[in-house]
Amino acid sequence: MSETNYKPSSAFGKWFDERLPLLTLFNGHLMQYPTPKNLNYWWTFGGILTFCLVTQIITGIVLAMHYTAHADLAFSSVEHIMRDVNYGWLIRYIHANGASMFFLAVYIHIFRALFYGSYKSPREVIWIIGIIIYILMMAAAFMGYVLPWGQMSFWGATVITNLFSAIPLIGESITQWLWGGYSVDNPTLNRFFSLHYLIPFLILGLVILHIWALHVPGNNNPVGIDLKKDGTDTVPFHPYIVIKDLFALVIFMIIFAGFVFYAPNVLGHSDNYIPADPLVTPAHIVPEWYLLPFYAILRSVPDKLGGVVLMFGAIFILAALPWLDTSKVRSAVFRPIYKQFFWILVIDVLVLGYMGAMPAEGSYLLISRIATVYYFAHFLIIMPVLGYVEKTKPVPLSIADPIFSGSGNFVAAKKNKNVG
Amino acid sequence: MKKFFLVTLTLILFSLSSNLYAAGDAMKPLRVDWSFNGFFGKFDRAQLQRGYQVYKEVCASCHSMKYLSYRNLGEKGGPEFSQAEVKAIAAGFQIKDGPNEEGEMFERAGLPKDKFKSPYPNQKAARAVNGGAYPPDMSVLVKARSGGADYIYSILMGYEDNPPSNIKLEEGVYYNKYMPGNKIRMPKPLNDGSVEYSDGTKATISQMSKDVTAFMAWSAEPHLEKRKRIGFKTILYLLIFSVLVYFSMKRIWSRIETKV
Repeated sequence: MSETNYKPSSAFGKWFDERLPLLTLFNGHLMQYPTPKNLNYWWTFGGILTFCLVTQIITGIVLAMHYTAHADLAFSSVEHIMRDVNYGWLIRYIHANGASMFFLAVYIHIFRALFYGSYKSPREVIWIIGIIIYILMMAAAFMGYVLPWGQMSFWGATVITNLFSAIPLIGESITQWLWGGYSVDNPTLNRFFSLHYLIPFLILGLVILHIWALHVPGNNNPVGIDLKKDGTDTVPFHPYIVIKDLFALVIFMIIFAGFVFYAPNVLGHSDNYIPADPLVTPAHIVPEWYLLPFYAILRSVPDKLGGVVLMFGAIFILAALPWLDTSKVRSAVFRPIYKQFFWILVIDVLVLGYMGAMPAEGSYLLISRIATVYYFAHFLIIMPVLGYVEKTKPVPLSIADPIFSGSGNFVAAKKNKNVG
Repeated sequence: MKKFFLVTLTLILFSLSSNLYAAGDAMKPLRVDWSFNGFFGKFDRAQLQRGYQVYKEVCASCHSMKYLSYRNLGEKGGPEFSQAEVKAIAAGFQIKDGPNEEGEMFERAGLPKDKFKSPYPNQKAARAVNGGAYPPDMSVLVKARSGGADYIYSILMGYEDNPPSNIKLEEGVYYNKYMPGNKIRMPKPLNDGSVEYSDGTKATISQMSKDVTAFMAWSAEPHLEKRKRIGFKTILYLLIFSVLVYFSMKRIWSRIETKV
């Protein structure tokens, strides 16, 4: 992608670029990078997520200037930010709601990949890097939620760190090592703060790898077929995709601003405005909304270790998806049966999320169990089997021509056009 | 179609989040049409000043508000007492300061910079005096209860002289319609005429409850007015910007035949 005839226009630019070809790199990857013409708005979330990450890092750095990571002072330092720091309330509400917006965007981004088969060959590495980013996001978000040292911070940290005690033999030691003591306390808060500051920069590095890996095969697209080599299927990233991503970003920011300015606490839990008290357990300990589906899976298993294994399994199973999906066709547009299962999975995850917020008893528990079994069945049974039994629709030969190969898969289409 | 999905998702998020964390078995809180609700909501200055009076004369004997300073009472977007009034209010409290040159702690009259004086030196002292119950700090209490201001108001209104006979109340426990479990450790705090308002407002239980709740809503979110004002401008700006970007996008994409 980066072998272009680009030459910097200024003398200094030429001088610098010969010594470090940074401008050539930017020109190749942020300007000329050929992007499929037919990308729809579901493809704008990559840019939105980059915005979210940068927003979180900037607001986070400012918050860290005023925050005190000490069990006795954390809560009041947050109140100090909310009351006495100039626009501290704005920065904190952007940061807190920014986490939710980040996850909203990443879930859309992930489900877009699931729908259009973006994880399939040759994009497995992009997908796996993405999964690692997602796991790190969850770790960062969880630790960030602990920092205000409210009741949900404390008890959420207690519940999640206790999960590690389920590991046989060494579980207890690992948990105490994580805590830095015999319970969640000041040392825990200190290290969580340190890690919470570190992880976003790890994510930033992985995002660069994610984009680098993306720019090798280029973007997938809604039709899911490989592009023609002559470049007629693509447009340069700038200005076409830049302006389109910007438009989507502005719409996203309107929703973001709606939360920040008019419902800044609606996505949080009111108990987190009660200072942490190790002697008082809240009636319901619930994580933030974006972790609820996994929390439901955790609680649906009567055995603690089993629950932990399934919860982590639910995330790691995604990494195996490129090999669990046996279908030759990428896009769900041409997979009539998969398309339906895709939407059932979306509903299943929403149901799990709802169950995660409800007490784990009675019919709630039963529904969580069914939804958990279905979640795993989707990846372990439906995806592999569907590739063999599904009759896919004819796939077009190119994204510009409405000519169909008639054979029902893009491998045949590639052979016909000799584009592979 | 795509926007429709976005909007739907947002709505789902909104509705989920408000329902998810609903409280337990008590009656639904009363709904009050607060002046600070809505897109252009503002606090009622006179109400906040009355609310401060209720706090000072009734609540403050047990409840601290330790994140507030006296100067906050004169700041924009709050009760907006005059600077002279703030000084007089602060001077009405004896604040422990020190150590001085001799290394002694000493008492002095309060200044606007001082934090609100707490009724008890620490939590244990508070529990000792209140039969084991700890009167929570009221600074952020409105945000710390699901139901917010409506819930706090309802608690203040939820006492009944003759509780239902099927409820057994232990010593030092009181019946409250809106409290989860219907049992509360706080005795009925307000009675008609508990305070005497200088602006002539009749001090009914409902009036005082509303006033002090509004005061607590402000103390929990002192920059609420500014937040809503900036929010309106920000969203208006973004809406106009989105239209400009939309037409720029259309213009750029018109260079090629593919539709955007």
